[in-house]
Amino acid sequence: MSKPMDTKAPWSPAPGTRARIEALVARYPTKASALMPCIWAIQDEIGHVPPAGVDLLVETLGVTRARVNEVLTFFTMFRTEPQADHVLQVCHNISCHILGARPVIAHLEKKLGVRMGETTPDGKFALEGAECLGACGHGPCLQLGKHLYENLTPEKIDRMLESLRRGEIPRADTDRELED
Amino acid sequence: MSPNDYRMLSARFGRNDGHKLAVYEAEGGYRALRTVLSGMKPVDVREQVKAAGLRGRGGAGFPTGVKWGFVPEGADQVYFFVNADESEPGTFKDRYLLDYDPHQTIEGTIISSYAVRSNLAFIYIRGEFGWLVDRVQKAVDEAYAAGYLGKNILGSGYDLEMIVHKGAGAYICGEETGLINSVAGRKGQPSIKPPFPAVSGFLGKPTIINNVESVASVPFIINDGVEAYRRNGTEKSPGTKLFSVSGPVKRPGVYEIPLGLPFRDFFNDWLGGMVEGEKLKAVIVGGSSVPVLPAEEIMNCNLDYESLGQAGTMLGSGGMIIIPESSDMVELIQVLMHFYFDESCGQCTPCREGTGWLHKIVKRLRKGEGTPEDLALIEHVCAGMAGLTICPLADAAVMPMRSFLAKFRPEFEALIQETAPAGPQSRWPRGEREN
Repeated sequence: MSKPMDTKAPWSPAPGTRARIEALVARYPTKASALMPCIWAIQDEIGHVPPAGVDLLVETLGVTRARVNEVLTFFTMFRTEPQADHVLQVCHNISCHILGARPVIAHLEKKLGVRMGETTPDGKFALEGAECLGACGHGPCLQLGKHLYENLTPEKIDRMLESLRRGEIPRADTDRELED
Repeated sequence: MSPNDYRMLSARFGRNDGHKLAVYEAEGGYRALRTVLSGMKPVDVREQVKAAGLRGRGGAGFPTGVKWGFVPEGADQVYFFVNADESEPGTFKDRYLLDYDPHQTIEGTIISSYAVRSNLAFIYIRGEFGWLVDRVQKAVDEAYAAGYLGKNILGSGYDLEMIVHKGAGAYICGEETGLINSVAGRKGQPSIKPPFPAVSGFLGKPTIINNVESVASVPFIINDGVEAYRRNGTEKSPGTKLFSVSGPVKRPGVYEIPLGLPFRDFFNDWLGGMVEGEKLKAVIVGGSSVPVLPAEEIMNCNLDYESLGQAGTMLGSGGMIIIPESSDMVELIQVLMHFYFDESCGQCTPCREGTGWLHKIVKRLRKGEGTPEDLALIEHVCAGMAGLTICPLADAAVMPMRSFLAKFRPEFEALIQETAPAGPQSRWPRGEREN
C-alpha cells in the first residue's frame, strides 16, 4: 500500500515493474490484451496509476489514451489517485447484511471517526463499501490488500485496527497455513 | 445420506495439503490428462463429456459438451477461458475449488482446451481474490515444471500455454462477452450475441468460456466414465453440484450434493437447520439473481435444474442464501437493487436507468415516502427491462425484484400505510442508509 504522494510528481517504473510489463507484453497474444495486467503491475508498485503510468501504457501497448482511461475508470479496483495506507473494504451485500454487516460498518465508522467513503485525516485508513466479496459463508467480511478478513465482530475489528496502527498487517482468514 | 458420500469435486476441500502437486498426483491427479493425450481424439473427449450430461455450472446450465461442439472444425486459433470471476452474491464455490484443489481445475482446463483444440487458455480470477491469484499462479508454475503445460505435453505433440488473469472488480465481467472484452483491453461491456463466442469471441476467434466447476468436473468424467458420473444426480441433471450456503444456518459453507437431493433433507441434515432463535423465512437458492422462494415452497423442492425450474426459480450458480424470519424483505431487496445499479455497465438504457429507478423506488418506500402507485410502478419498470438488453444483468435484477414483491407483497404494502411499523428487528432503521 502506498504513501500518499503528489500525483503530478514525475514517476518512472521501478526496474522490476518494467521487467514485469515487458514479460506481460511478450506473454499476451496482443499488446492491447496485456492492458489489465500491466495496470496491475503499476498499481502493485505504487498503489495507483499516475498520469505518467498512463503515458507508459499508451507508449508500451500502442493503445489510445482514451482506451487506457476507459479501462482504468471502468474497474472499481483500479485507482488513479494515491490511496490511504490501509483501504478497508467492507462487504455490504445481501449475505453479509443478513449476518450483520451494518453493525460492523457502524463500529468501524466509530473507531476510525470517518463515514463510509472517507479517509482518516492522517491518510492511514480509508473506509469503503464493497459488493459481494465471495466470503458469504463467513460474513460479515472485509477486504484489505490481497486478503479477506471474515466472521467480523467488534472485538476482531479492534484487534485488527490495533495491529495496523502498530504497522503490522493482521493475519487474514485467507492467509491459512499451508504445507510447502 | 451424508456430506462425505459425494466427493467427486471436493475430495481435498478443507485440507492444508490439497493444493500440492505431489498430493494431487498421489491421489490420481493428472491421470485423466495422460489418458486423453495417449489415445483420445478431441472429438472423443467432447462426446464423453456430452454423454455424461455435464451442464455448465456458472448459472445457465447449458450442456458443456454441446457448447464445445459449436467451435467450427478447422479453426486456426481457438481460445479457452475458465471463468473464475465468481461475483454472484451468495456464491463462493469456485473460490474453494481453486483454493483447496487448484490442480483439479488446471487438469480439467488442459483437457477441455484439448477438446476444443485450443493452444492458449486463460483462468480469469476476480480481482478481489488476490491471494487466490497467487495460489493458482503457483500451481500453474508447478504444472509447467512437471510438463503438464507448455510445448509437447507428455510427449503428445499437444501444446498449451496457460495465463492466470486477474480481474479488477466488475461483476459484469462474469458475463462471457464482458469477460472476453476486458481481456482484449477494453471496458468489460458485453457484446450482442450472435455471433456467439464459440464462433467469434476473443480477438474475433472461436472462444469457449466455462465455469471453474464445469472444467473441474472433467477429470472425473474421463477417469471414471459416463456411467459413474451419472450414478449421482437425475436423468436431466446428472452429477453432483457444489452449493455455497450463507446465512444463519448451523453449518454454512460449501457442499457437494448429488443433484436431485430434496431441499428439506439438505437443510435439516446437512446444514443442521437454523441457528438457535432463528426461523427459516425464505431461500434464494442459486445466487442473488434467481427468484426467491418462501420457506413453505422451497421445502417441497428438490435441488436440481428441473424441480427448481418448476417451482419458478433456478439452480443458478448454487449460491444459496438463507433468509431468516427476522429479516425485512424490503430492506434486503434494497441491498440487492443497489448492487445491480452499481454493477450495471451502463451500456443499455433499460438496465442503466431501470436498475437505478428500482433502487430509488425501494429506497423511497423504506423512507416512508412511498405511494400506492409505487408497486405498480415497480412492475412497470421491470417489464421495461426484462429481456430487452444485450446481456442478462437487467433480468438478473428483475428476477429478485419481481419475486420479492410477489411473494412478500404485504411487507411492501405495509410501508405505504402511514402508520407502518419498522420491519421485524430491523438492523437498519428506515432511511438511515445513504446508498
